[in-house]
Parts: sequence; structure tokens; C-alpha cells
Amino acid sequence: MNFELTKEQEMTRKMVRDFAVDKIKPRAIDIDTKADFPEDLFKEMGELGLLGIPFPEEEGGSGGDTVTYALAVEEIGRVCGSTGLSYAAAVSLGSSPIYMFGTDEQRKKFLKPLAEGEALGSFGLTEPNAGSDAGGTKTTANLEGDEYVINGEKCFITNASYAKQIIVTAVTGKDSRGKNIISAIIVPTDSPGLKISDNYDKMGVRGSNTAEIVLEDVRVPKENLLGDPDAGFKQFLRTLDGGRISIAALGVGIAQASLDRALAYAKERKQFGKPISSFQAIQFKLADMAMEVELARNMVMKAAWLKDNGKPFTKEAAYAKLFATETATRSANQAIQILGGYGYMREYEVERFLRDAKLLEIGEGTSEIQRMVIARQLGC
Amino acid sequence: MNIYVLMKKTFDTEEKIQISDGKIETDGAEFIINPYDEYAIEEAIKVRDEHGGEVTVVTIGDEESESQLRTALAMGADKAVLINTEDDVEEGDQVTTTKILEAYFEDKEVDLILAGNVAIDEASGQVGPRLAAKLDIPYVTTITSLEIDGDTVKIDKDVEGDVEKVETSLPLLVTCQQGLNEPRYPSLPGIMKAKKKPLEELEIDDLDLDEDDVEASTETVEVFLPPEKEAGKVLEGETDEQVKELVSLLKTEAKVL
Repeated sequence: MNFELTKEQEMTRKMVRDFAVDKIKPRAIDIDTKADFPEDLFKEMGELGLLGIPFPEEEGGSGGDTVTYALAVEEIGRVCGSTGLSYAAAVSLGSSPIYMFGTDEQRKKFLKPLAEGEALGSFGLTEPNAGSDAGGTKTTANLEGDEYVINGEKCFITNASYAKQIIVTAVTGKDSRGKNIISAIIVPTDSPGLKISDNYDKMGVRGSNTAEIVLEDVRVPKENLLGDPDAGFKQFLRTLDGGRISIAALGVGIAQASLDRALAYAKERKQFGKPISSFQAIQFKLADMAMEVELARNMVMKAAWLKDNGKPFTKEAAYAKLFATETATRSANQAIQILGGYGYMREYEVERFLRDAKLLEIGEGTSEIQRMVIARQLGC
Repeated sequence: MNIYVLMKKTFDTEEKIQISDGKIETDGAEFIINPYDEYAIEEAIKVRDEHGGEVTVVTIGDEESESQLRTALAMGADKAVLINTEDDVEEGDQVTTTKILEAYFEDKEVDLILAGNVAIDEASGQVGPRLAAKLDIPYVTTITSLEIDGDTVKIDKDVEGDVEKVETSLPLLVTCQQGLNEPRYPSLPGIMKAKKKPLEELEIDDLDLDEDDVEASTETVEVFLPPEKEAGKVLEGETDEQVKELVSLLKTEAKVL
């Protein structure tokens, strides 16, 4: 057993931390208040190779691993939840499915530009009436000659307004038992009949782009079908397993940031003639936060390590996501409490940490779904 | 062009310095590339990209210095050299460092050596100029601009906020000042490539030196932290009285008048 990071992992973490602190942090409040997607930052992140971390060099990636990727998400999440979420979604949901299930052709055409950071990709799963119950998907794709004709609606799709393509899940037929067959199809965003609008007014991660998509007789070549036509459902469950590691890492980042702020403030703030960090009531909060952050990080690292070593990680990814995201919410909430009135003010940022953290308990599988995944893995 | 960078690792600027037994506590501290040396690395890479050649980053340090060297390689340097003095040098100073570097450069063909203006830990700023003197090549300190045209080199040198224009020739040693450039972040592909780049490790023995040759010329008598800043004084009363009190305090307490 070895808890040490490799030199490359350590170097990447330091580089991303420097980049995040220098370039993203000064803009984090603005990104939130103006709900302004930081497109230029993504360009820079692309140039640094961050959008291609877990993909091999031949695919345009950086040849890193899931551990390195999780470290990068954590460092970005530590300064800005919005940027962190869009980053995690771009890699785990926009690019990973093409890497995992795409043909050589598809990887060259659709993955390479994403891994090289020249474009962003999205993943369109959720529908107005199909969220946790992805089996309730209503969007359809009918094969007409050499083309799929897609009709339907998607909602809450991260990065879609800035995406070059969206992987859309759709019903393509029925199996022998009469159940819907769901497939995944790559839809370029310049396809006629595709409408993307982003009018959501969100509680948190406000600078991360979230869009609604309407597909009306959208035609794409049948070569755009991703992976096994009959296993679309299984494929996106696997996609979400990987995505959970990155959302968990984002939770660790927000939780760590909450601890950093609370600790620094508690040491400086004096009441009754002493720093409030000398009071046990505050000490206990800080001790709990520090412990939970470390436990969450260890779980994220373990899930990432299992994935990198080709071992099953479904249960561990669910543990990590459930614990790390709830830790983020708890830590941010306690940080506000420790900062008191100041914590309630936007300028001190911890109120944003709480608003951002809450989304993590919902997106890419709610906490309740994580518990279901775990229970199923236990054989229930 | 043979370009060399002298690099030192220093405490992370975020670290809180602690002293025990008259020595700075290094256990558990984070180390970084001396920020001024980052300017030197960046400039070396730029000069190489424009004029061709090879950038070699040289450091004197210990096993742990490999991290900073790998970072320099990840930024784009071609080769790294670690002169590991962990077992041979107990108390070194600028003379020690210069001796070792002089021995290292003895058989090297050098066109340009870049160093930081100072290291942010001991801030002596001596190693660059001392080495240039030993190698008998010109040097310019605190440069903020570097232009090479054949053997001619045009330099802007920072002189306490003013600019001095200097023209000199290769081979040359310069020390780099803030404002010279903006050091790049090591990219992910750079970090992955750094793994495969050559990193040579030497000991002073390999340079035909022994401990006596590199003995320090100075002795550290005491190491202490600056006194803690005390709370300021707010004067009260009428302006006239405040002025009188201030003058008297400047005379009696601060003793600056």
C-alpha cells in the first residue's frame, strides 16, 4: 500500500493549483454573480492539456490517469465551483463516453478536438420527465435510410451552449420483452432542428452553462451511433460511474476551500479577547471539517485508483460521490456559521461554496441514487 | 546555442518559517523553484526557441531537488543536472556554490548562463556574478529584457526602478529580474514528456572536488526571526497636542529624530 502520489501527479496538482489561484480565483465572484461562463479560461485550460488528462496521447490527450484528473478537478473546485463543474462535465461526460465506446473513426473525429482542448462536448441524458429514472427516456431516434431522425427534449445539460457536439440518449426500438432500447448518438450542435437555450436562473454553480435542448427532426448519419446500439443504458451507467469520481473530487475541493476559509478566519477573529479558534465550540467544528475532508479525499483517490487499475469501482465511486458532496455541503454550511455575519456576505465567498455544493448532491445521480447504487452492490 | 540555467529550490512563499536549535526547520515544508529562477528558465526556453540549441538546468541540492528539476523540464528545458551535496557539504555558502559550479562548467562550452536575480531565501545575489568572474565572462545583473543578435546582446537592466541599456557579447551570464517575462505553467504534455528527459545526478567527487575544496568562507553565528510587529499607537487630543506628542515620541521612543 502506497499513499504517495507520483512526481507527475504531484506536479500536475501544483500546476493546476497555481493556475487556479492566479487565473480563476480572482474572477470567481464575478463568474457567479454574472452567471458568466468563462470560455477564455477553458481555452487556457485546453492549452495546458487539462481537458485531455485521462486520455492517451494518440487520442489527443495528455496521457494522465484518473487520479491526476481527480486532483485537477479538486484544485479547480477549490477556487470556483462553476468552473470545476463545467470542467468535470466536459471531461467525464463530454469526452469519456467517446473514448470508452467510440470507434476509431469517432474518436478521431469527435474526441481529439475535445481532448486537445479546442472544443467542448456535452452529454444529454436528463429529460423533463426522465431524471433519476433514465429508463423513462422519451426522446426517439428512428433510422431512415442512412440517417437517424431524432425528436425529443433534454434539460439541465451542462456546457451545451458552448458544445461542439452533444451525446444524446434516445429510444431506438423495443427489445423482445417490449422494453425500450436506449442508444447514445453523437449530435453535432450545428445540426438543423437542434435548439439550445440557457434561461435557467440557478441557485449555485451559476457560471457553469446549463441548457435546455429541443430536437425536432434532427438528422445525423447513422455512423454517429455511439457504441453498442442495444446497450446505451449500460453505457451511460458506466459513464456516470466515472463522472461520479470527478463530482466527488469537486466536492472535496469545495469542502477544502470551506475549511481553509473557516480556519484562517477563526485564527484571526478575536472575541472576548481571544481568537475564536481557541474556543472549543469552533475547534470541534474545524476538527470535524478537517477529518471529513481527508476521509472524502481518500475515498475519491481510492475510487480513482481502482478505475486506473482496471478494477470494479462502481460502489467506491458511489461512496465517494455521496460522502464527498455531502461533506462539501456540511463544510460550507459550517464555514458560514464560523464566519457569522461575514460568512453570509458574498464577498467572503463561503455562502457561494454552500450554493455550489448543493448542486453536487443532485447532479450526476442524487445522493438517494448513490445509496441505491450502493445497496444494489451489497446485493439488496 | 548552449544555454544553462542556475536554479535553486526555496521555501514555498506560503510557508511559515520556524526555527529550532538555531536552524530553519525544513521538515514537512513545501519547496518551490526560486521565483526569480523561474524567469531565468522561461527566458532560456524563449532564447532556445528563437535561436536553437539546448537548455540545461543545473541545481545544487539534495534528492528532493529532483521535483523542481522535473518541473523545469516540464516547462520545456531539455536536460537537468543535479549536483547532490547532501552527504558532502554540511554548511555551504556562496563560495561553496560558486566553487562547485566552476568545477562543473570547467569542461562545458557555454554561450549563455541565466540565473535568478536573488534567491528569495538568503537573497545574497552573489552566485551569478561570482561564477561569471571565475569563468572570466561578462555578466549583467537584474535584467528585464534580453535581445540576442549574433554575438551581440542588448539588455535592459533594472537599476532601482530606472532602466540602464547595456550592450555586451556572448558568452555571457545574466541574472533575471521580475518583469523580464511571465513564466509559463508546465503543461500536462510537458509534465508527461519531462519523465523521459535526461536528469544527470553528480556528486562533488565526480567534479574532482572534496569537502575541503568547497569549505564555506562565512560562518553563521545566529539565526533569528524578525521581531513581531507590535500594535500601533493612536494619538488622541487636539491636533497641536498630537503633533507635540508625536515629535516627542519620535525623539525619545523611536529615536529617529
